[in-house]
Amino acid sequence: MPNAVATERTVIDGNEATASVAYRASEVIAIYPITPSSTMGELADEWAANGRANLWEQVPRVQEMQSEGGAAGAVHGAIQAGALATSFTASQGLLLYIPNLYKIAGELTPFVLHVAARTVATHALSIFGDHSDVMAVRQTGFAMLASNTPQEAHDLAAIAHAATLTSRVPFLHFFDGFRTSHELGRVELLGDDELRAMLDPDAIAAHRRRALAPEHPVVRGTAANPDTYFQAREASTPYHAACVEHVEAACARLASLTGRHYRPFERYGADDAEDVIVVMGSGVSTAATTAAYLNARGAKVAVVGVRLYRPFDAARFVAALPPTTRRIAVLDRTKEPGAVGEPLYQDVLAALAEAWPDADHLPRVIGGRYGLSSKEFTPAMVAAVFAELASPRPRRHFTVGIVDDVSHSSLSVGPPLDVFPPGVFQAIFYGLGSDGTVGANKNTIKIIGEETEADVSGYFVYDSKKAGAVTISHLRFGPAPLAAPYLIADADFIACHQFEFVERFDLLATAKPGAKVLLNCPLPPAAVWDALPREFQAIVVERGLELWVIDALAVARAAGMGGRINTVMQVGFFGISGVLPRDEAIAKIKAAIAKTYGKKGAAVVAKNQDAVDAALAEVHRIAVPTAALTERVRPPIVSARAPDFVQRVTAQMMAGRGDLLPVSAFPPDGTWPVGTTQWEKRNLAFEIPVWDPAICIQCNKCALVCPHAAIRTKLYPSDALAGAPEGFQAVPWKGDELPGGRYTVQVAPEDCTGCGVCVAVCPAKDKRNPRHKALDLAEQRPRRDAEAERYRFFLELPEVDRSLVKLDNKGSQLLQPLFEYSGACAGCGETPYLKLLTQLFGDRLIIANATGCSSIYGGNLPTTPYTTDRAGRGPAWANSLFEDNAEFGLGIRLAIDGHRAQAEALLAALAPHLGDELVAGLTGPPPSDEAGMAERRARVAALRQRLTTIDDPKARRLELLGDYLVRKSVWLVGGDGWAYDIGFGGLDHVLSTTWDVNILVLDTGVYSNTGGQQSKATPLGAAAKFAAAGKEVGKKDLGLIAMSYGHVYVAQIAFGARDAQTVRALVEADRHPGPSLVIAYSHCIAHGYDLVHGPEQQRLAVEAGVWPLYTIDPAREARGEPALHLDLGGTAKRSVRDYARNEMRFRMVEQLDPKRFERLQAEAQRDAVRRLEIYRQLAELRVAPATAAPTVPTAATTTTTTTTTVSAPTATGKEER
Amino acid sequence: MIDLSTTYLGLRLPHPLVVGAGPIGDDLDAVRRAEDAGAAAIGLRSLFEEQLRLEELTHDAHRGHHSAEAASYLPPVSDYVLGPDAYLEHLAKVKRAVAVPVIASLNGVTDDGWLHHAKLIADAGADALELNVYAVGGDPGEDAAAVEARLVAMVRHVVRETPIPIAVKLSPFYTALAHTARALVDAGARGLVLFNRFYQPDIDPEALDVSLRLTLSTPAELLLRLRWLALLRGRIDASLAASGGVHSGQDALKAVMAGADCVQMMSALLHHGVEHLATVRGDLASWLEEREYESLDQAKGSMSLARSPRPEAYERANYIRVLTGYARR
Repeated sequence: MPNAVATERTVIDGNEATASVAYRASEVIAIYPITPSSTMGELADEWAANGRANLWEQVPRVQEMQSEGGAAGAVHGAIQAGALATSFTASQGLLLYIPNLYKIAGELTPFVLHVAARTVATHALSIFGDHSDVMAVRQTGFAMLASNTPQEAHDLAAIAHAATLTSRVPFLHFFDGFRTSHELGRVELLGDDELRAMLDPDAIAAHRRRALAPEHPVVRGTAANPDTYFQAREASTPYHAACVEHVEAACARLASLTGRHYRPFERYGADDAEDVIVVMGSGVSTAATTAAYLNARGAKVAVVGVRLYRPFDAARFVAALPPTTRRIAVLDRTKEPGAVGEPLYQDVLAALAEAWPDADHLPRVIGGRYGLSSKEFTPAMVAAVFAELASPRPRRHFTVGIVDDVSHSSLSVGPPLDVFPPGVFQAIFYGLGSDGTVGANKNTIKIIGEETEADVSGYFVYDSKKAGAVTISHLRFGPAPLAAPYLIADADFIACHQFEFVERFDLLATAKPGAKVLLNCPLPPAAVWDALPREFQAIVVERGLELWVIDALAVARAAGMGGRINTVMQVGFFGISGVLPRDEAIAKIKAAIAKTYGKKGAAVVAKNQDAVDAALAEVHRIAVPTAALTERVRPPIVSARAPDFVQRVTAQMMAGRGDLLPVSAFPPDGTWPVGTTQWEKRNLAFEIPVWDPAICIQCNKCALVCPHAAIRTKLYPSDALAGAPEGFQAVPWKGDELPGGRYTVQVAPEDCTGCGVCVAVCPAKDKRNPRHKALDLAEQRPRRDAEAERYRFFLELPEVDRSLVKLDNKGSQLLQPLFEYSGACAGCGETPYLKLLTQLFGDRLIIANATGCSSIYGGNLPTTPYTTDRAGRGPAWANSLFEDNAEFGLGIRLAIDGHRAQAEALLAALAPHLGDELVAGLTGPPPSDEAGMAERRARVAALRQRLTTIDDPKARRLELLGDYLVRKSVWLVGGDGWAYDIGFGGLDHVLSTTWDVNILVLDTGVYSNTGGQQSKATPLGAAAKFAAAGKEVGKKDLGLIAMSYGHVYVAQIAFGARDAQTVRALVEADRHPGPSLVIAYSHCIAHGYDLVHGPEQQRLAVEAGVWPLYTIDPAREARGEPALHLDLGGTAKRSVRDYARNEMRFRMVEQLDPKRFERLQAEAQRDAVRRLEIYRQLAELRVAPATAAPTVPTAATTTTTTTTTVSAPTATGKEER
Repeated sequence: MIDLSTTYLGLRLPHPLVVGAGPIGDDLDAVRRAEDAGAAAIGLRSLFEEQLRLEELTHDAHRGHHSAEAASYLPPVSDYVLGPDAYLEHLAKVKRAVAVPVIASLNGVTDDGWLHHAKLIADAGADALELNVYAVGGDPGEDAAAVEARLVAMVRHVVRETPIPIAVKLSPFYTALAHTARALVDAGARGLVLFNRFYQPDIDPEALDVSLRLTLSTPAELLLRLRWLALLRGRIDASLAASGGVHSGQDALKAVMAGADCVQMMSALLHHGVEHLATVRGDLASWLEEREYESLDQAKGSMSLARSPRPEAYERANYIRVLTGYARR
């Protein structure tokens, strides 16, 4: 890839604008993925894989680390050794940097860290943008530069890299996550020569001379004592004091090279304003344009934007304020509970106190919070802040952008303000994540931004689901500058790419009078109007909208593009919007197609270009009747049967009206009710499975593999069928669990995603016509209502008595899943394991969930998939962090065991009141079998009853703890990014204890949640982000590491290969009294194939030896048997290539470099053989039973008397310490 | 040593035994060993039209935008080698590795986009190109004339754009095979390869499924080839190659006598190793020498329809005789 050699104009987002500078100005780049900064690391890795050089004709060393803490250490080392280094991070990742940031600053080492500022997790995680992360490092000694637009991100990145070299103060350069990091805008790129001219060669040389080197050795990082630490700490003060001048010098250099001027503080608006807003980040643009708008209408207001936040230069800040300033509103994009005010507010107050020329007449300062977690910050809100400032008694502290009906902090905000000059075209597109809408819109922006004189901006809003995610694209075109970092409120054009949305969303709320609307609709044009709900029709009529339709799916299918409607809809946009002359637009689309897809081959180009012509002919305008609207209104968001909280809060969030909910609607501590996905009928599936009981062999595999618990099996007494709706199917059960029992396989038609995995695994074929199976896919729409009614009846059928069912692959599926309809991808390979876990242990399950996909589909609002059984019991679930989940889960176990110990002690103490029989029945290890557990629960109920009659404080305490006398199953769940990388230290430590915790690793071999970056679980030879060229080394063998302890139960499972072993391993892990580790093969869309083949790929992985199925049970070793049991023998049935060739992640390497692919595949084969051989040999390893070896005391055995002890160490000669 | 030389597609070969299109050509080491064993030419596996399309389209399909956290799940593909690049690169390597002619192969079924790969193959250094037109003709709506016209048009297109000699590898399933053969030669084909061995799907009764497998050829398959070599020899103006069922020196001899200029081997080499080629060549030479043939040329086509002492045997009479023969026993 050629370097940028001269200034060029391009349309990119803030991340790429930043990475473009950081990459070229660095020699060492340590990376770790975290949204929304991951793109910067991905680009660096991709550029390095392609051999792109930095400014010094070298390819930077790009290294992914195991955590941000690791990346911080790596760059610290690199800069100490005299390299120019950089890194990228956000949020929790930045927090993990903090210890090194102090060190790097304390050592006065040039370095730039680029941050896409993101919310730090508090009561909830959020991937969106605010300043809570960067504010947490303002004390480290780093300089902090804030940029507000993609162009500024590019320029200020260069200024940071320049100023750090000359000032020796390390820099944190940040911009608003998503808002700027993912916003597309026009950027004038610095050429290599310009960027080189920014970096002072003498300063680089000085940095090199300070490097740690044996030729001129020094010592750094000494331990100082009270006699000297303080003074030495003060010795760096002049450097920080001079930093602002270095920044100004770098700004001046940039201005001389490009004509673009920046200052540490920038004033906008009236020079004689009395009311001023001080703000930092993308909000500056909104505030500045609004100030200009207000001033043009007679106001006299100003805005001061903060660019250099640290060191905060009080004199320059005061100089940036209009001398006439009387009132200042400081806006902070963070919350600091308990502080006098938020950080910027405090800085402004202190700066004024120190530097305002008239100390007796300081301006009045008020402080407000806005925009937390990317909450909208609009011109109307800016106007509300100015109004508050101008009011007789402005509030000292306020919030803006929400309705705070609890603390009454919020300003009231007027209707939307359109602050744009005429000529700006604003368009909104509603699409699905999978339909390519976002990609097409990015393409549109590039066409207009790079090939016309218009300025452009694009911003993309996603919902929280992975399957069927709704995307809303906001595109603006017009005369420069278009800095408008907020969503469109007055649209000239609205496109809806999925017709179902007209029933779900208020699509036209933002339509300007006369706006054009384009609907993708499968109906003939004449039938469209009548199919629209009344709310939609009313707005079309009232605002005089132009309504256009196209059957994009039909056009796409006819053009051979399958279901991909993106190009068709893009043509529709250009065809009717008028943003460009139509012929010119079409020619540009075709050229863009050739450019975008050219390297992917002629077939894709031809298909897309054909679709362009076909699409134009199929856009039709609908004649809008002037009256007589339909009576049919949009259906309610949730069923009337939903609980009150769901009606009031959840449903509003589902409908996209969460912004309107007031503070009082929310729990103050982040606690949410479970079981709410059931109210969210998303109707995503085009086709759903249809059951033919005549062929069904009752294997229950369909239910086991279903990622969404949307196909279920049930065993129930025949008399329960009374009142069954028409068409409800039931057959006699073939097993002997319930004599005379009936059996039903039932689909949840509105919750099914249509992935087809159940149909793919169904083994029962019609002997006369094998194409017909016990499950076939058929169109959902005609079946929806009838099946929905049957499903409701199915749910009401009694659940089977758990103690009757055998806990195997088949029996487990007769148990109620307590994890349902999550937002996971269609065909997800992780969720079947979690669902199974809840079937096996759901009523006694506590899950500690590492951040990742499983925490997102497990706990991303508005709805939660974990639910309860009829007794109200179900999984209790919490997510702490990405890095600490094992420790978090261990803490839960410690608490539970402590509670049980207390309960037992209280039980003993109260025995005289309770009676020996009751106490005896509640003493001893809680049973782990279903019948025993049911009996124990009954006794606990009896205990509660008895306790109410006892007047003793101990009885009150026991009432709170009685439930802990029933077994609790603690599972620590997370992905491989957690278990192999960032959380490995903690996981390893937990394994080294003897506490009864179970660890389930949902191993996709990649950081799935953040978009497919490699982890140490990534298989050899696979391409992933951060390993774009294909991973060089084999997957870390986590199971073998865990086995080395000897007391850990370990299993490697893959339900697609052998579901019986999967269930057995989970049951054994749960019953193992010490720590257990279960590593579960989880297919993932990051692997690059249609997930309907997921279970089949699992089987191939196992048969190729890539994923041996085994269990390692210390109990077997204690019996003198080999601890390790290999479930499918020790030899591979097929080659690794047979497995790898089906997945794009492997094939990409071949397409990048066939020779490398051959080498990596050969190594992968060797690696598989070697691993299998290790396991085969271990499967024969018997250890002689211990001869009078002493039991080593452990935490578990010494701190409580109640924990079940782990099998004694069997190795002889182990000494007590 | 007897003169075994022959001419195939205008290429002068020291003897008729060549490595057919298949997996041996995939492996540079095997290619070198085949040359050492005396292979007169090396055939390469086909570049498949469907494969090219599938890869292009699959790449495209996996690059969607799925969620706020993950814009896409695989690294960008801008600089990845797609389409025929890997094949062409391998072809060039084989060309560098051996001195004998290299015959590439292209397998397709439609008449658009993919045909231009023939030109790229020629540019990459192939000495000849075998066009493998793999159409089953399973569409009841398409008549024989249309099937053949499509085939001929494709061949004409490729011949026009490609400077190297083109052979067409045929299936035996044409209504009027001899006529089709002539039409292909008229369209510019320099040779015909008889015949394509289809991947014949098998049935798995247990799973009630169709299983796709590739079985190696047996000498029994040679008989069909012999008949058609004999029928076409001398009646069309093109090189003929036997493909399928040649396992021994005797098999090769029969193919030559029926009319083959060139004998392609693959299954036997996969079964016995590429060194088997030397054995076949030795057996062929010994047989001819023992019977005092002067050259292979003497035997070539000696048993064709035009020269055979009983030409009717290749046509319908053969069928009647065999049937009645069985009846008499």
